[in-house]
Amino acid sequence: MGCNCGCVCVDANAEKLSEVIEKYKNTEGALIPVLHEAQEIYGYLPLSVQKAVAEGLDISLAEVYGVVTFYTQFSLNPKGKYKIQVCLGTACYVKGAGDIYDKLKAALNLNDGDCTEDGLFSVEACRCIGACGLAPVIMVNDDVFGRLTVDDIDGIIKQYKDKEIE
Amino acid sequence: MAEMVTLTIDGIEVKAPVGSTVLDAAKSAGIKIPTLCFLKEINEIGACRMCVVDTGARSLQAACVYPVSEGLKVVTNSPAVREARKVTLELILSNHERKCLSCVRSNNCELQQLAKDLNIEDIRFDGETYDFCVDDASPSIVRDPNKCVLCRRCVSMCKNIQGVAAIETMERGFKTIVSSPFNMSLNDVPCVNCGQCITVCPVGALKEKDDTQKVWDAIANKELHVVVQTAPAVRVAIAEEFGNPVGSRATGKMVTALRKLGFDKVFDTDTAADLTIMEEGTELLGRIQNGGKLPVITSCSPGWIKYCEHNYPEFLENLSSCKSPQNMFGAVLKSYYADKMEIDPKKMFVVSVMPCTAKKFEVQRPELGTDCYSDVDVSITTRELARMIKEAGIDFNNLEETHFDDPMGDATGAAVIFGATGGVMEAALRTVADILDNTDHAEIEYKAVRGVEGIKEAEVEMGGMKVKAAVAHGLGNAKKLLDKIKAGEAEYHFVEIMACPGGCVNGGGQPIQPATVRNEVDLRAERAKAIYVEDESLPIRKSHKNEKMMKLYEEYFEKPGSHKAHKYLHTHYVARENYPDDCSEGCC
Ligand code: SF4
Ligand code: SF4
Ligand code: SF4
Ligand code: FES
Ligand code: FES
Repeated sequence: MGCNCGCVCVDANAEKLSEVIEKYKNTEGALIPVLHEAQEIYGYLPLSVQKAVAEGLDISLAEVYGVVTFYTQFSLNPKGKYKIQVCLGTACYVKGAGDIYDKLKAALNLNDGDCTEDGLFSVEACRCIGACGLAPVIMVNDDVFGRLTVDDIDGIIKQYKDKEIE
Repeated sequence: MAEMVTLTIDGIEVKAPVGSTVLDAAKSAGIKIPTLCFLKEINEIGACRMCVVDTGARSLQAACVYPVSEGLKVVTNSPAVREARKVTLELILSNHERKCLSCVRSNNCELQQLAKDLNIEDIRFDGETYDFCVDDASPSIVRDPNKCVLCRRCVSMCKNIQGVAAIETMERGFKTIVSSPFNMSLNDVPCVNCGQCITVCPVGALKEKDDTQKVWDAIANKELHVVVQTAPAVRVAIAEEFGNPVGSRATGKMVTALRKLGFDKVFDTDTAADLTIMEEGTELLGRIQNGGKLPVITSCSPGWIKYCEHNYPEFLENLSSCKSPQNMFGAVLKSYYADKMEIDPKKMFVVSVMPCTAKKFEVQRPELGTDCYSDVDVSITTRELARMIKEAGIDFNNLEETHFDDPMGDATGAAVIFGATGGVMEAALRTVADILDNTDHAEIEYKAVRGVEGIKEAEVEMGGMKVKAAVAHGLGNAKKLLDKIKAGEAEYHFVEIMACPGGCVNGGGQPIQPATVRNEVDLRAERAKAIYVEDESLPIRKSHKNEKMMKLYEEYFEKPGSHKAHKYLHTHYVARENYPDDCSEGCC
């Protein structure tokens, strides 16, 4: 479900979600704002949440899922505590961002959009983040790392792992 | 009359009603514009840009959605227009899985036809080819996104006409795909297996689960007594598969073809349709007289049944407990007929030929049959039967005409009209009126319940009471009708619902006509006409006058609604979840 803490917050979340649905129910174009708030509550949009949204707004699950997968800001998977975004924009791409991306996934043993089992890291591709001069670029939450080579990756991951141990 | 405007298309002056499109106007002037996504009244979204024309605007416009206006000048055949269409088509083809030689739609594929019409010799683009998984977990529908051209006709059919919305356009850009949420299989979502999406798909991206091999195997197995039954709608459509016009009747040839394929006996599902009328009529009268649950709602259409189980569990008690004619007949064959012929029902193999893909789901419902066998072993569609006939090298058009086999023989006109929307209702009224008035009415055509209007109502005086009836076809219409009943805005004694628009004649297993035909001809109306002609041609047109069926009661089932009849001819329903709670990995 929505969080990994194993506490009663799941129900609290469900309550919050129905409040959100109630709020938008009768407004035109309710789906996108409801999904936004749902994602804020749960951190991502799993099947159970999308089902609740579809039911609440009386639209099909297929329509909800279509919108969720159309807009990149919505996520089907939980994000890690450290969310790694790999820029695959043109400038980064020609400078080898593809290899960096592959290396990250291999180092963390992940697929695109997934999250590591300990909940620490998730990796996803993104579009140009406007730091083309530093290409290739990745972001870990708000930290930007530029002019990377494949060999830098292990060090960056270690840096955040160490932070956890402290 | 609508207000008219005058426009010029390729130098020809054309008058067209305000609100019509350039595509319509061109058609009336005899000018053909290629289309792909457009399907009249079902999908008019201007998505594919196959139909572009030059209207003098800065860019080319999609004719299928571009409105006519006074003085408009349109060019449909300039170098720029031809090139733009070619580029569009080549882009679609560049990432299409081009495997025509082994594709079920070859020779009846709108994409293939376009490639020919536009004289595509080479594909100038190297598209990345998709590698989507094929969803074949459903007993009825196979979805192959690698062949999808993203026209969205199926999406519109499923959502707007059928009100099911099991499929949508998902993702974006190159990853765009038409599928169910979370890439679940159609088997795990509230898809009702109606197959309407298949009949509107221009290509081979949607097709029925092919069960012909199972039939060939059974026929080849000398241990088995293999019998076949055919639904009424099949005989008025199968000839289309052999190049005949929509609405051709081919009952006698079809029977001959089935015999040539090697079936031991060829029976008519209509016998069970007559049985259904006796059982359902008795049920209706019983519920009216004893204050039972009303309205009685028909249960012949398995797509409708599954829809009800998913979406309207509160109406499950209203459903007639009668099995569908297909399953009723299977049960009769494996009980009465098996007894009479001294055949072990386990050594019998019953094949049904249906206009319907949902029947494939129905035959495997565990409650339909006994512990040792199911009522019907395999259900194939009209299209699959045509394929078998072709595979066997039978020259269909030149076959002689023969009759269905005894002991069931030919059924009644009442049973034949089951194939069109309103038919079950009309057949029931023919019998119930005779019973209640204790006479043999000469006036038997209830025209108010015929035709393609979405919801039809009738009030008929019989036995000193007014019987109120309603008919809906297409699940979107069914939804409207049920919501009205639920809200207490309408009251009926008897309601007929068919999942497919037009009823079985337009079922999801029927021959597929391309948009060029569908945009001109109302398949529902043309095939229904053939049904009513067949009805008129039969000597007996009321179910209770079917002597061979009445003999069934005498020799076996005693009387309608008897204990034995219930054991073999009736069933029950279950409420169904719409989506699983958990889905880990989608369809593959
Ligand atoms: S869908 Fe049409 S074009 Fe594609 S492989 Fe099948 S027949 Fe050929
Ligand atoms: S079979 Fe019917 S319900 Fe299922 S996806 Fe196709 S149109 Fe929708
Ligand atoms: S599956 Fe067929 S009807 Fe549906 S979008 Fe694809 S090509 Fe069109
Ligand atoms: S392309 Fe990567 S930052 Fe612009
Ligand atoms: S845009 Fe006109 S047919 Fe597709």
